[in-house]
Amino acid sequence: MKSLKLIGLAFGASLALSSAAFAQDVTVAVAGPMTGGESAFGRQMKNGAEMAVSDINAAGGVNGKKLALSVEDDACDPKQARSIAEKIAGAKIPFVAGHYCSSSSIPASEAYADGNVLQITPASTNPLFTERKLWNVARVCGRDDQQGLIAAQYIAKNFKGKNIAILNDKTTYGKGLADETKKALNKAGITEKMYESYNKGDKDFNAIVSRLKKDNIDLVYVGGYHQESGLMVRQMRDQGLKTILMAGDALADKEFASITGPAGEGTLFTFGPDPRNKPTAKKIVDAFKAKNIDPEGYTLYTYAAMQVWSQAAKKAGTTDAKKVMEAMKAGKWDTVIGPIEYDAKGDIKQLDYVVYKWDAKGGYAEIKGNGT
Amino acid sequence: MDYFAQQLINGLVLGSIYGLIAIGYTMVYGIVGMINFAHGDVFMIGGFIALITFLILVSLGLTAIPVILLVVLLVAMAITALYGWTIERIAYRPLRHSFRLAPMLSAIGMSFVLTNYSQVAQGARVKPIPPLVTGGYTLHESADGFVIQLSNIQIIVVVTTIVLLALFTWLVSRTRLGRDMRACEQDQTMAALLGVDVDRTISMTFVIGAALAAVAGLMYLLYYGLVDFFMGFVAGIKAFTAAVLGGIGSLPGAMLGGLAIGLIETFWSAYFSVEYKDVAAFSILIVVLIFMPTGLLGRPEVEKV
Repeated sequence: MKSLKLIGLAFGASLALSSAAFAQDVTVAVAGPMTGGESAFGRQMKNGAEMAVSDINAAGGVNGKKLALSVEDDACDPKQARSIAEKIAGAKIPFVAGHYCSSSSIPASEAYADGNVLQITPASTNPLFTERKLWNVARVCGRDDQQGLIAAQYIAKNFKGKNIAILNDKTTYGKGLADETKKALNKAGITEKMYESYNKGDKDFNAIVSRLKKDNIDLVYVGGYHQESGLMVRQMRDQGLKTILMAGDALADKEFASITGPAGEGTLFTFGPDPRNKPTAKKIVDAFKAKNIDPEGYTLYTYAAMQVWSQAAKKAGTTDAKKVMEAMKAGKWDTVIGPIEYDAKGDIKQLDYVVYKWDAKGGYAEIKGNGT
Repeated sequence: MDYFAQQLINGLVLGSIYGLIAIGYTMVYGIVGMINFAHGDVFMIGGFIALITFLILVSLGLTAIPVILLVVLLVAMAITALYGWTIERIAYRPLRHSFRLAPMLSAIGMSFVLTNYSQVAQGARVKPIPPLVTGGYTLHESADGFVIQLSNIQIIVVVTTIVLLALFTWLVSRTRLGRDMRACEQDQTMAALLGVDVDRTISMTFVIGAALAAVAGLMYLLYYGLVDFFMGFVAGIKAFTAAVLGGIGSLPGAMLGGLAIGLIETFWSAYFSVEYKDVAAFSILIVVLIFMPTGLLGRPEVEKV
């Protein structure tokens, strides 16, 4: 018993020591799905945040203090997102870059607002995130109403008179995106032949695939994540179906191709113009490559979120979330994904979605000159 | 009609996988009278072992697909069976004569242990493999261009299931081990008095159940092309439901229940709305259990005095 107490004492002392060492630093957080089906994207976010923090520290930190990074896992689960949001707020962390899933970002943002935490999501595109007049939210990515519009324009131009189906996975992100695309398509005079939803986490889509086959669907638009989309493509090809699948920004990870194999060829998705190709990103992309990391998908967006916050905090001269947010919305910020300006809601003013296509070798490239 | 046939194929394949897992639940329940909640996770472990074996074989430079499949099958069955044996030995046997709920709680705990163990050891990401078995047959093409497609992997899944079911029915009804199992099912004390090694028989039941789960894991890996640490949960729940629907304790019942759940899910998705397929499957389960409390092929339990 005595030795147990001693161990406890020693443990407590070492904790006190380590927290003393961090007392000089400002801790910021990155929150996303580090485990579970979406963990590929959580890893992108973690990579981006880690690189940004080490670069900011190398350049002297923020307001004379070094940054420390806390990585939090929400597993794309709204309940877990809410509880880590409360944990982050309780730890008096002034800024979080997160989350990935809209269904996590939205409930978490309320806890952040109460706890005086500024939240910039690198990836959550559901319009509701910035539409609830919360003071503390912003994003560095676009919105699904813009994304859906671009998808609808592409479909209207290239699949005119063909049969279209729309599926969604009932999540905040998936259903939101599918509905925005449907709205824009209907406005363009195209009515979908089928509108269905499935469960996120399902593995067997054969029944849906046979329905697509029966209805002679030429293009299926999926509001959902990459794992289910990948399985659907694979099962479509197994059933001898040539239907093209189109989805949103959730397909921007190589893991999609490793699920589909060569069957993924021709699959379409919308995403911002590849940040890796922007001239502003060259140096940082090379730094990632030197570490053997491909900064795809939302890696550079997370990096940019960190940049925006650190620049705004420098300008505000404090890390107090409310003051930093005021500075953020007033200024113009140079980031790895280009210059960013904010409107009053926290959405970025610069916006451009483009359509990408997967090739047979497991890579994706922007479709040039699609006239959208 | 063609559409119906295609959906029938989809449902039969899905049902076969459920059925293979359900057999493990039903065998253990029949003999020990406990529900092995960790069985879904044993299925997941089987999938992972199949994946790892596959990757090792490929890195050794093996390219002949039939050889790879055979080796993967045998290795996965053997190692997963070892898992089944170990789980019974450390988590269930010490509690066998405890109160009724103890082994069940131990099983739920075991399920968490296995899930978290695979998450830590194998990582939380999904693990895909390239399509191994490709190609298939076009069975029929109708006038409006609808083709019925039967892929090779679907054939493999169904044939494997039928062969295994036949093999294990034979094992239970014709062999010495099967006779011991049926004796333990009726009365363990009496069986022991008559010279049946009860401990060994129960161990063998877990070993066989785990080996079948490994086959289901391999089929799952081949058919869907990926495994993840969490897949045992949903598959386990569905298979357990299948076992109850078919009449828990009955071997053909488990298979029938699996097929029923697979077909209900598929046909509901085919003709009604996809989003309510699980609601439909479980509603039908409830209705069946109201009118047939012992399931489709179950025998009414005789109260032992």
